[in-house]
Amino acid sequence: MTVMEFESILKIAVPVAAYILFAPLLGGLLAGIDRKITARMQGRFGPPVLQPFYDVLKLLEKEAITVNSSQDFFVGCSLLFMIVTGCLFFAGLSLLLFIFALTTASMFLVAAAYSSNSPYAQIGAERELLQMMAYEPMVLIAAISLYIVKDMTFNIGDMVSSGVPAVILLPGVFLGFLYILTIKFRKSPFDLSMSHHAHQELVKGLTTEFSGKTLAMLEVAHWYENVFLLGFVFLFFANGTLAMAVVGVVVCLLAYFLEVFIDNVNARMKWQFALNSAWIVALTFGAANMLIVYYRLFGGGV
Amino acid sequence: MSIVFSLILLPVVVAVALLLIRGDQARGVLVVAGSILIGALSIYLTVRFFISGSANFNLNENYEALAEFVGYAMMAIEIVLAVVIFALGIKYKKYLASLLAVLQTPLMVWFEFSAGKDIEVEHALYYDQLSIIMALIIGIIGTLICVYALGYMKDFQHHHPDEPDRRPWFFFLLFLFLAAMYGIVFSNNLVWLYFFWEITTLCSFFLIGFTKTKEAVNNSFRALIMNLFGGLGFVLAIILLGRDSGTLELSGLVQIAAVYTSQVAAPLVLLVFAGITKAAQMPFNSWLLGAMVAPTPTSALLHSSTMVKAGVFLILKLSPAFLPTSSAPVSAAGTLAMMVGAITFLMASCAAISQSNAKRVLAYSTVANLGLIVTCAGTGMPGGIWAATMLIIFHAVTKSLLFLCVGTAEHNIGSRDIEDMDGLFGRMPRLALFMVIGIAAMFLAPFGMLVSKWAALESLIYSSNPLILLMVVFGSSVTVFYWGKWLGKMLAIVAKRDNIQQSVHKEEWASLGSLVALVIAACITFPAFSQKLVVPFIVSVYGGMVPLESIQFFLLGTENLYIMMIMVAVIILLPLLFLGKGRKKLAPIYLAGAGLDDNLKFMGSMQKETEFSLRNWYMEGYFAEKRMNLIGIIATVLVIVYVFASVLAVALRGGV
Amino acid sequence: MSYVTKSPWVIHYDGSSCNGCDIEVLACLTPMYDVERFGIINTGNPKHADIFLVTGSVNEQNIPVIKQIYEQMPRPKVVVAIGICATSGGIFKECYNIMGGVDTVIPVDVYVPGCAARPEAIIDGVVKGLGVLAEKRAKLPAEIAEEKRQASEDAFGAGAAAETSAPETSGPETSGPETSGKEED
Repeated sequence: MTVMEFESILKIAVPVAAYILFAPLLGGLLAGIDRKITARMQGRFGPPVLQPFYDVLKLLEKEAITVNSSQDFFVGCSLLFMIVTGCLFFAGLSLLLFIFALTTASMFLVAAAYSSNSPYAQIGAERELLQMMAYEPMVLIAAISLYIVKDMTFNIGDMVSSGVPAVILLPGVFLGFLYILTIKFRKSPFDLSMSHHAHQELVKGLTTEFSGKTLAMLEVAHWYENVFLLGFVFLFFANGTLAMAVVGVVVCLLAYFLEVFIDNVNARMKWQFALNSAWIVALTFGAANMLIVYYRLFGGGV
Repeated sequence: MSIVFSLILLPVVVAVALLLIRGDQARGVLVVAGSILIGALSIYLTVRFFISGSANFNLNENYEALAEFVGYAMMAIEIVLAVVIFALGIKYKKYLASLLAVLQTPLMVWFEFSAGKDIEVEHALYYDQLSIIMALIIGIIGTLICVYALGYMKDFQHHHPDEPDRRPWFFFLLFLFLAAMYGIVFSNNLVWLYFFWEITTLCSFFLIGFTKTKEAVNNSFRALIMNLFGGLGFVLAIILLGRDSGTLELSGLVQIAAVYTSQVAAPLVLLVFAGITKAAQMPFNSWLLGAMVAPTPTSALLHSSTMVKAGVFLILKLSPAFLPTSSAPVSAAGTLAMMVGAITFLMASCAAISQSNAKRVLAYSTVANLGLIVTCAGTGMPGGIWAATMLIIFHAVTKSLLFLCVGTAEHNIGSRDIEDMDGLFGRMPRLALFMVIGIAAMFLAPFGMLVSKWAALESLIYSSNPLILLMVVFGSSVTVFYWGKWLGKMLAIVAKRDNIQQSVHKEEWASLGSLVALVIAACITFPAFSQKLVVPFIVSVYGGMVPLESIQFFLLGTENLYIMMIMVAVIILLPLLFLGKGRKKLAPIYLAGAGLDDNLKFMGSMQKETEFSLRNWYMEGYFAEKRMNLIGIIATVLVIVYVFASVLAVALRGGV
Repeated sequence: MSYVTKSPWVIHYDGSSCNGCDIEVLACLTPMYDVERFGIINTGNPKHADIFLVTGSVNEQNIPVIKQIYEQMPRPKVVVAIGICATSGGIFKECYNIMGGVDTVIPVDVYVPGCAARPEAIIDGVVKGLGVLAEKRAKLPAEIAEEKRQASEDAFGAGAAAETSAPETSGPETSGPETSGKEED
């Protein structure tokens, strides 16, 4: 009994600890690879792969200045909640809880930008809210569809350990999720609220007023976020077997590459396009696929 | 039983006393004392409940004469009220109101003297877990609003010096309202329930029309007419139920529905229809929006704890009757509730985006949340009831806090527009903090509303109607947007704002503070609520119908609840982490290098100092209020017509 | 080791230039020169930037702008004057509205002459700036501690709130009579 309890605790504690420790390393590395690939796509040599780490370490060395103290507080909360959100995910808890926690983490960031009362930051914050509104339906549809095909459970731990790989039944949902992943990764054409490129229409949007450590926290939060977002992609493949786990990881990497590619072949679009297209994708790819698996399970008869 | 009676009667006594008292001081004392007493009685009832469990009161054994007397008294009052409505309708040329009054009251009286006379009502009054929850909401939040109204109405009178002081009338209505609400949650006799139902309709009519401006009168009549429609539905439901099934009891109705589903299909649909009107669902949502002309305590009372909760309470009580059975896989009434609720949730949430008036945002959000509650109740499943009950609790607490905050802000900054609330943290720090807590509790993760929404989503998967699921998914995404932008506006730290919150009355602070404490307490203790009240309620309701394990299956796992609690604790403790930090150097915001020192202006062209202003996003092109309402109304009317027609068709076929 | 030199983010400001140097600055970002190799990013935001690249000479209109951008950069920070106009005023020096080079307003660490400055020269200048940046970074903790001490002394002495102490000791030439006159407006 105690051995089993210990085992079950270990089963949660190990992935969570691994996530807390290694996710920023992985996320930063992915960001570095992203910049390298982007540079190569543009015919440049590009920065070292470790450049994102240099950036963050440099930011930590900078003088601490701020617009007001509350924005630092909010960014700190955002980072913390990003970590918590990832922990919920890797502890194998409810997928819906994870999605809602992610919303909270993002809201803290929006709050931080709003609190500065800076025009650029506020427009960035509003666009971030818009992006949240744009991607959320698809994320929820993905969660519900996974629930249906994974034997009626939101429990991530159960989802990854059994059944058929969800992607077989949910190809549409998977494509839809990849679509909104572009918004979540803040890649062109949807890098409306902030961007890593030299788009300077909004200065740096959401992040305009953050500097030094605050900005570093934000970067690290993104690394954490990117890792569990790829984890979400992994959910579509995992079924407990090693083969599918390998496939899942490969697809995660491919998905990341795809996002980098999309980033490089697109210009930034208007917000209308982000909202319209994300909802249309959610309604077509996502909802249609969800309805199919729904009726497959529950039978017809509205 | 004496407690139940006194809970209904005590507010009436206080109300009448308030009508007679003119002095400010005496009124203050009476309101506070009455509120404390009512609240204490509600809590006492809760304690009693925990000691001895739920109770049904059979008046026929010892109190037959009393029951009969009450019945006649109610009828007499109803007739008087009908005459009043008729006269007012004629006076203000609102003939539809007169017509409806003339239609429904004689119908009711006729029924009671003919068929209704022979039907024995075994348990006229009762209380169970759900009544206890509602009683606590009414007894604590309702009375807090009354206390708040003391200070607010002082200001109100101050702002309208040329108006006669009609505060006694105002407070009379408030307390009468409370009494009627207690009546609704304790009545098992549908005729009594109907009586209290009509009282709330009238109270809200007078409260909305309180200022007697043209707009107020128009809106009050709109509310009256829409609710009278619902009332008419209620009367017809009682008549049909009495004629076909020979019972006038709420519990009886639910029991019959479990076996003879088709026999009570029509009364169920009519009762749901009545609930929909009272809960301000589309197409009837406009009355609640119109109610915004009233003084803020009215809005708070109508929206959060009472009037609209009466509607969802009724639907929730009927919910077990919607449970799909093998003979009737789809319940017409359940479908009606689910579809109307989901459409309302989606469209009202969208419409809220286009609003800059804080009270209207709150109103739309209320309509939307009630829609979600109605949807959940419409599933007829344990999970749905759990979600709906939790939503009722959290919504009542949070929304009343928000309404009262907006009311206080309005009196102090002279506007209820969200655009004017920027920098509220500088001007009224404590109020702004309260509002932020309220807003966050409405839609962010570890707080109660979201837990309920989560449960709602999970239970709706089993509603065998994925369309509803989609509407809720989109609706909740939209919700994040409109709360988020308001939250942001509140959090903006605008330089050079004077602190003006000293002028807030101490009664207002007392109410606001208590409500904030309640919000936080509710968020922390909700697993206990769930365990002690909601789950037992569900078990008692479904005891025979559904196996126990499946009830547990429908509810969120306890581990999830504890995780949410831990998250709440983290959020509360977070600020402490940052307390000790030394202050950083402050730098002005970036204004392309042209900013002036005060973070408010920049040097424009021709060396002109220009003030910048930040405005929120209303997306009129997407979410224009009129369009959202139009779509919602058309869709819901179609649903209502469809359901009515199908029930009628079944009834006709059965008749042949 | 300081990471400041490994990730220098720049902000680029154009005073009264002919745009020649600006084009060369941006040329540095193109695949041809690709300064991102060194981790250099053009941020366009003083709050993120470490190196302030100024092209063109300074006129009366942009004095407060340059000063403000400079002040909004968190330390350690370096100013690189790019092109001869930014260095000394160049051919515009005698114009009625020109103050001269950037160093009439803010302290300049590296001068990159040329008309227009070649990208190679600009990159060279920025790399020189990195050395200065590392030096400043080494001195920063002591500087901040000193400021804190000063501020608390002031607070005790005058009882005034002194959280916003002056950012960096700027040269005497930064506060010309015209500047201070403008600030009083």
